[in-house]
Amino acid sequence: MSPTTRVPTKQEVYGRQGRSITDQDANAINRVEELSYDLKVREVMTVKMHTATPEMPLSEVLEILRVNRISGMPVLKDDQLVGILSLEDIVHAMQNNELSSPVSQYMTRKLITVASYDPIVGAMQKFSDSRLGRLPVVDENHKLVGMITKGDITRGILIALQKDYKEEEVRRYRASHLFEDIVSDRTTLVLRYNIKAHDFTHGGNASSNIKRALLRLGADPQIARRCGIAIYEAEINLIIHTTHGGILKLEVESHRITMSTTDDGPGIADIEQVLQPGYTTATEEVREMGFGAGMGLVNIKRCVDKMEIESTVGKGTKLTMRIYVPTENLNVRKEG
Amino acid sequence: MNLQEIIDRLNLTVLTDPRDFTLIQPDGGYSSDLLSCVMAGAKSNYLWVTLQAHLNIVAVAALLEVAAIIITENAQPDSATISKANEQGVILLSTAAQTYEVDGKLWEMGIQIHK
Repeated sequence: MSPTTRVPTKQEVYGRQGRSITDQDANAINRVEELSYDLKVREVMTVKMHTATPEMPLSEVLEILRVNRISGMPVLKDDQLVGILSLEDIVHAMQNNELSSPVSQYMTRKLITVASYDPIVGAMQKFSDSRLGRLPVVDENHKLVGMITKGDITRGILIALQKDYKEEEVRRYRASHLFEDIVSDRTTLVLRYNIKAHDFTHGGNASSNIKRALLRLGADPQIARRCGIAIYEAEINLIIHTTHGGILKLEVESHRITMSTTDDGPGIADIEQVLQPGYTTATEEVREMGFGAGMGLVNIKRCVDKMEIESTVGKGTKLTMRIYVPTENLNVRKEG
Repeated sequence: MNLQEIIDRLNLTVLTDPRDFTLIQPDGGYSSDLLSCVMAGAKSNYLWVTLQAHLNIVAVAALLEVAAIIITENAQPDSATISKANEQGVILLSTAAQTYEVDGKLWEMGIQIHK
């Protein structure tokens, strides 16, 4: 048996299917590692078990192992764990033609046990160190309370993940049915973000949060992407050009998404001019970072169905962008 | 052509956390240092080749879901950029070669634009 059965590592390597990792995937990876610390041995161990006594003849034990298709069992004397007998021990006895000997003669006395209150990561470590297939579990009084195999651990983690997954499904279901479940003549979900001027460090945070929110609400990925790009450009405009930053607002309705930015200056003198591809007022410093290509508003126009700019020099600018949600509505989450 | 083969053949340095790059198959590529142009031109699962190495490339790459960013001419992103990339699942690769050279090699390797 391979000594490298550390579950988290396998998940790390094989759990990352597909081309890019979403935040959700990243959570799942950490979740398996987390679970190996959260789950206790007693939660995954097998409680019902067959036990042998030191006096039992090996042939009898062999029969129990055969009928129950198990490969070993603990040996108890007066309720105390005194050894473990595996198929390997029995093979050993068969080689000597001593199947009628008592268990005590062939059992393994050197015991590696795990505590029922230990996290399963402890058991995983012992499996990996000892190369054993099953380990007896003892409680705080060193009394045998169960057996644990690697299969028990895998099953325990899968059951816990399944539970997590169901919870996420329920959460996503609730979010995506928001517009159906809440009855009103007009339901609007409003998200507001404060954007600081010249805060390039957080540039893009609002747009990525908005994109994620829209996906959770069940928006078509293509629409979430268009909103993400438009909002990103608007967000960066607030960071680069405003005097005191501004407010970014997203209003989601079942049939349309309205995004807007509002700021208090400096305002735009010639709106026609700023709409020209390549026109920019960004400083050299900002342009060196790759901003200020003069394509921001052009990109927004390309991504949204309707764009409006109102501006007064000295007062501020309001940019409104609208995307209409075609077919059905936000409640329908496209598969794939 | 998967990303691991690209990393090997172009001798790229992986700046972000290691992962199984053989699972990533880029659909094409885009080169520009102007973020708005990238927003307009790069598609999801494209490779983005750029000289920019500051924090904001991560936000752009994450929004567009590009396959990876190849940073050219040994431009060095700072640790905040790398940790943000890890957090957002964006792959950062680095090379001493110039953008033109990287693009040429990628094209030769079959990473082309399918219209």
